[in-house]
Amino acid sequence: MRLEYFQMVDRIAAMDLAARTIVVDCTLPQESPIFEGHFPGYPILPGVLMIETIAQAGGWLVMAGLRFRQMAFLAKVSEAKMRSFLTPGQVIQVEATQEHDGSGYAVLSGRIRSGGKLVAEAGITYRVMDFPNPALRQGLFEVARRVGVPEELLADA
Amino acid sequence: MSDSATYEKVADIISEICGIDRATITPQSHAINDLGIDSLDFLDVAFAIDKAFGIKMPLEQWTQEVNQGGVYGEEYFVLEGLARNIDKLVAAKG
Repeated sequence: MRLEYFQMVDRIAAMDLAARTIVVDCTLPQESPIFEGHFPGYPILPGVLMIETIAQAGGWLVMAGLRFRQMAFLAKVSEAKMRSFLTPGQVIQVEATQEHDGSGYAVLSGRIRSGGKLVAEAGITYRVMDFPNPALRQGLFEVARRVGVPEELLADA
Repeated sequence: MSDSATYEKVADIISEICGIDRATITPQSHAINDLGIDSLDFLDVAFAIDKAFGIKMPLEQWTQEVNQGGVYGEEYFVLEGLARNIDKLVAAKG
């Protein structure tokens, strides 16, 4: 994870488009300016970045289901719970399940686990739209390749 | 489900999700112009309607049709029109 660049997802470990599920692996950095402020002397991942991590994991699933023809933007967070802290260097897994594939929107539920223990959970609603410009589309494709999105899903876009 | 029953269900959903007094909602209410439902709340309403009726409302297509002037917004966003289109979608899925 590169927190200051909002690169929350390290690698897609599993994605099942038929079952509408995804699992991603992430490792918190040992050092980050974010930890210097949150909190001095007691570095933990901010809860809002746990939610962002869930949202990004689910976003890959939504966009993969659309063969990357459209972009998923975070629109709503519901029932978010941060059950325990995440500290520098900690390894986490994020699971997300798409609950509904709407027209112009998608609804997912997601969870963060570490060592099998549930750390955080949230419901996420995305607004699904055409890419607003080619630069975003290109940039997203580069990240998609880095996190391990299968090339055939990008080829259709 | 009859047109009327569909409308009643839609009105109940809007009232609950958007916190609008049920008595102020009528079949002639425009979801945006009269009830003031914003685009984010409308996503919640759409999700609840999709779930309740087991359909996928083609909101992108409807919006495109309205924006292109093919149909008036009333066809999809006044509640009696919305209910009528929901019934069509339910019938189409068999």
